[in-house]
Amino acid sequence: MSALELITDAGQPVAEDLSQAPLALRGLTVSYHDEPVVFSVDMTIVPGSMTGIIGPNGAGKSTLLKAALGIVTPLAGRVTVWGQPLGKMRDRIAYVPQRASVDWDFPTQVLDVVLMGMYRELGLLRRVRPRHVAHAMECLTRVGMQDFAERQIGQLSGGQQQRVFLARALAQKADLYLLDEPFAGVDAATEAAIIGVLKALRDEGKTVVAVHHDLSTVEAYFDRVFLINRRRMGEGPVATAFTQDALQATYGGRLSDGFVARQSAG
Amino acid sequence: MGFEFVALSLPPLVIGVLAAMACALPGNFLLLRRQALIGDAISHVVLPGIVVAFLITGLVAAVPMMLGAAAAALAAVVLIEAIRRLGNVEPGAAMGVVFTAMFAGGVLLLEQSDTSGVHLDVEHALYGNLESLIWLDATGWASLTDPQALAALPPELPRMALAFLVVAIVTALFWRPLKLSTFDEGFARSLGLPTGLIGLGIVVMAALAAVAAFDAVGSIIVIAMFICPPAAARLMTNRLEHQVAWSLVFATLSAVLGYVLAGYGPLWIGAATSVSAAGMIATVSGLLLAAACLWAPHRTA
Repeated sequence: MSALELITDAGQPVAEDLSQAPLALRGLTVSYHDEPVVFSVDMTIVPGSMTGIIGPNGAGKSTLLKAALGIVTPLAGRVTVWGQPLGKMRDRIAYVPQRASVDWDFPTQVLDVVLMGMYRELGLLRRVRPRHVAHAMECLTRVGMQDFAERQIGQLSGGQQQRVFLARALAQKADLYLLDEPFAGVDAATEAAIIGVLKALRDEGKTVVAVHHDLSTVEAYFDRVFLINRRRMGEGPVATAFTQDALQATYGGRLSDGFVARQSAG
Repeated sequence: MGFEFVALSLPPLVIGVLAAMACALPGNFLLLRRQALIGDAISHVVLPGIVVAFLITGLVAAVPMMLGAAAAALAAVVLIEAIRRLGNVEPGAAMGVVFTAMFAGGVLLLEQSDTSGVHLDVEHALYGNLESLIWLDATGWASLTDPQALAALPPELPRMALAFLVVAIVTALFWRPLKLSTFDEGFARSLGLPTGLIGLGIVVMAALAAVAAFDAVGSIIVIAMFICPPAAARLMTNRLEHQVAWSLVFATLSAVLGYVLAGYGPLWIGAATSVSAAGMIATVSGLLLAAACLWAPHRTA
């Protein structure tokens, strides 16, 4: 037996069965301009779970999500979706990018944006039928934006824009939902509406993964956490993985003492 | 009136309108992608490419010109990257230097080379030769249905028509990916759309329009048409579909008004000679944009 095989055997099981995992990353490394942003990360998402990706600013949370979706190309590592390569499984994934990543002055209307979620169904030239519009309206209703269908997107508040993005993801009719900071800069009503929709998705058996930055709401929102600071710092159910020690390790000196105290008191 | 108009004014008018529309169409996407200056860049960079292609082949024909322009664009990209890295210059400055230097190089090449036999000189590169694109075989409106007369149309007309047709068909066919990747590139990539290729496609369309228009109308119109009609159109509506339609309207309006004003405007105010149609068309497009800035319905989103 060669040394190489020995190392492989000692590392991970050679034939790991990932067919049940909606999303699995193995040894994922991403770098921008020669600097590694995400380093050799393993992640296994549990089906039907709601996972929060937690970590300090610049920890590579968004990059991890983008690499999982093929938006940025990883330097090394493997992404599987229900055990298959990403390319075959895009139909089952919905994505909500960061709201700030697009120009909201773009000349388009709310309904148009939601219909973009049905691109894979509509293709290049298929006509938009009443049933497509009806489905888009249904998605807008689920996020409470049905009265805004004809609005220019630039006229919406930040929270409303975020809900439109969620409606577009719903229009994708996916089984795995990946969201990048869905609660960033939104009002309390929107935050409640979004978490309601996400929990409903989870209860339907869908899998939800969200990059999240507000530590105070982690326990209320998620049932699993993935802790990251460039490297994987922990993963598991909130009760066992979202501990003071794990947070201290993830955030280092950047975690405020107040929060740590509150965590240990509670 | 019939004969004079059909023979002397109709071909330049149609060519001007087609050139304006072919540039305005991809200009909409360049503008929304905040890449409007790429149109400017393309129209500068193509000049040395076209001249070198002419020096090598001795022809002013579409295919060698297109290849020359593409090679020049490639050289520009390499040069910008080299200056940015080796000189530690910011990208905007590197682009500015390369585009103006290449255009200046093209002008020098033109001056030094023997292009007396063809319509290729410095003035021509800037203003084109719209007024000289006349249809000598035309005898009146009836010539429009006479195949023999039609065959003698200035070759710029069918060439420009073909370029506009290609740009229009590609835009219509790939409308959804173009719109989606322009609005939200990350989301488009998550769907598996080749966003890099789409971005390149827009630049290639712009280059095609620029090269085809360059020969007939010069680079001043090309630069103006990439930006002015789409920018004015954006202020008229909040829907991309309508914006593109408005940009074609503004492009047409600029070309027609500009041509007429250049030919007759100076006479109306008592001047003896007409002015350059290309210059006037670009000026009118700028005035239309100014008017849109002042009175259009969607000045603030």
